[in-house]
Amino acid sequence: MQPRTTIYLDYAATSPLWPEARAAMAPYLDDRYANASSLYAAAREARKAIEEAREVLAAAVGARPEEVIFTSGGTEADNIALQGTAFRARNEGRDGIVVSAIEHHAVLDTARWLGRNGFRVTEVGVDSNGVIDESALERAVDRKTGVVSVMTANNEVGTVQPVARCADVARAAGARFHTDAVQALPWIPVDAAGADLTALAAHKVGGPKGGGALIIRRGVGVEPLVHGGGQERGLRSGTYNVAGIVGFGAAVQATLAAREQLVPRVRALRDRLQEALVQKISGIMVNGAGAERLANNCNVCIQGIESEPLLLLLDAAGIAASSGSACQSGAAEASHVLTAMGVPSDLAMGALRLTLGRDTTTDDVDSAVEHIVAGVKRLRG
Amino acid sequence: MRVLAAMSGGVDSSVAAALLVRDGHDVTGVHLRLTDQATPYEGERAHGCCGIADADDARRVAQVLDIPFYVWNFKGAFGRGVVDDFVSEYARGRTPNPCVRCNETVKFGALRERAASLGFDALATGHYARAEHDGDRWRLYRSADRNKDQSYVLARLGQKELARARFPVGGQTKDETRQIARDLSLRTADKPDSYEICFVQDGDAGGFVERSVGSFDVGEIVGTDGAVLGEHAGVHHFTVGQRRGLGINTGSARTYVLEIDAPTNRVIVGPGELLARTGLEAEELRWVSGKPPEQIDSVQVRAHGGVHEAGLLDVDEARASVRFAEPQRGIAPGQLVAFFRGDEVLGGGTIARALR
Repeated sequence: MQPRTTIYLDYAATSPLWPEARAAMAPYLDDRYANASSLYAAAREARKAIEEAREVLAAAVGARPEEVIFTSGGTEADNIALQGTAFRARNEGRDGIVVSAIEHHAVLDTARWLGRNGFRVTEVGVDSNGVIDESALERAVDRKTGVVSVMTANNEVGTVQPVARCADVARAAGARFHTDAVQALPWIPVDAAGADLTALAAHKVGGPKGGGALIIRRGVGVEPLVHGGGQERGLRSGTYNVAGIVGFGAAVQATLAAREQLVPRVRALRDRLQEALVQKISGIMVNGAGAERLANNCNVCIQGIESEPLLLLLDAAGIAASSGSACQSGAAEASHVLTAMGVPSDLAMGALRLTLGRDTTTDDVDSAVEHIVAGVKRLRG
Repeated sequence: MRVLAAMSGGVDSSVAAALLVRDGHDVTGVHLRLTDQATPYEGERAHGCCGIADADDARRVAQVLDIPFYVWNFKGAFGRGVVDDFVSEYARGRTPNPCVRCNETVKFGALRERAASLGFDALATGHYARAEHDGDRWRLYRSADRNKDQSYVLARLGQKELARARFPVGGQTKDETRQIARDLSLRTADKPDSYEICFVQDGDAGGFVERSVGSFDVGEIVGTDGAVLGEHAGVHHFTVGQRRGLGINTGSARTYVLEIDAPTNRVIVGPGELLARTGLEAEELRWVSGKPPEQIDSVQVRAHGGVHEAGLLDVDEARASVRFAEPQRGIAPGQLVAFFRGDEVLGGGTIARALR
């Protein structure tokens, strides 16, 4: 018997589609099916919709439309950013890659792959609150560094990183600066002009899965990874995902329109959730508590509890939550983010990530608290 | 009944879960991640019971059965309970059975405890064995399919374990299991049986032990008269009864490992007829009923075959000595000896040494 998920607290994994995005996409899944690169009226209409979405996205992050490259998602954007600049930089004698230790695997594993293919990779640690160690970053970046990547906000613990200062460190050494702003975009202003490259994903802001973008500041050279028809100024070939791009634009618009009211409301719900958990569960630790965090993120470690059985109990109660990190097979692993923050591995195996969003209600939060408290009690015997 | 079904991704555990669903139970599937393994595209070694491809197969079966499904990380319990033991046993010249350890410490150990803490009434696996409740206690029997019988690897389960264990395919043949899987269009229906040790991907147990321990001292291979016939690269490369890969030339193709003497780091070899043993001594005993039986009528000394008519000479809490009706070859210290009376499994212990 399958439980029915009724309380969704995993917005950091993905978010529900905005009705506005769905409405904007519908014609392009229906009669407006033309290939946007073709040479007739229907194609021009599709291309126009893409360019409108491009303008919306550019305006949302302080970029120019021609700096927006649409991709299949955040992971592809991160891959183009790192690989595409690393190979360019190496031609200039810069073979160093510097990333924070808490990057999303789209960045971290790309950097490690480059490391296995001749690049020098340095992973810079973070403090116990999950914020990059800026002096370690300064030490790691040198005249041989080609690209530095520090995420705008972390996907597991929600900590906001000092990207403007990190960008300064990179640029002072003549290195390119990339930031993965996938998690940040729904919740805080993203300034793409402050970085050389910025990765974004549609589905985290209530857009469709399979859409994303890389913002590349004018003048930054990037090698394409996907070759073909030459779309997106030759940087990302492939027939345009018209509906996905249009949905992305509409979702960004809806998110920006809602954000001012949404953020304080979600923050209050998050605080309510966090305070109740801390009050009712002994041996609980809020990860990243001492840092600026995204308003919707609550990540805790619970002593004597493993994530896997707790998630089963929550699932059975219809609650969608996360352990923060899972391998390809779906098994929980001790999170690399918590490990970098110095959380002992047995405690890290008891991590619970609850991420709220626009449809979260007070009842959702209170019900989740009740089930988490009951689950912990049961598992502690 | 709320049942947790352990799903390896093979046909037996797939059908075990399916039969429980058919019988109206509230079934949840779980696949255990036991080791760090390469992803399928990293190399052509995605076999065994714990690869990502197997997790995918188990997940797809759970989808078809419409049951909740989870992949759980049991690498810690597996490493401590199975891999560490495997390495240390080989390093002291013995031949361990990791599947026995896995059933004892992981599936019916850590997993059983987790299932109980989550309120499951039973834990089901795809083993070919039968557990039956008789009066006030549980008894364990060989499966209906004698060719597939796996009661040997369950011989160390006691009352606590069997009380919550379910073996839904234990009463049928493998062919019947495959037919059920085909009828339900389960993608695992025609998946080949696995015989490999799941965490030794290249089949080279000696190499695995070496990578885990580091280097081994070179030792001597000697004949029964003490004459040095050659050198070996570590006792972990040998099993009593082994004939291939000795790396010596004795002029006879019929030279076997007779004994492994770890303290002196010597491997003693000789003709096959000298392998015959009249009995064995077992340690680390576990009895299904919780106490030693009065008598047995047979033992099994390895997972496939090795069933011999035998009786107990002596038994106490710590050790048991067994005499075979006829002398037997291939009694390897470290392997499990399972004790039987008819089809009933009475318990199991580790072979400490063979008796002459």
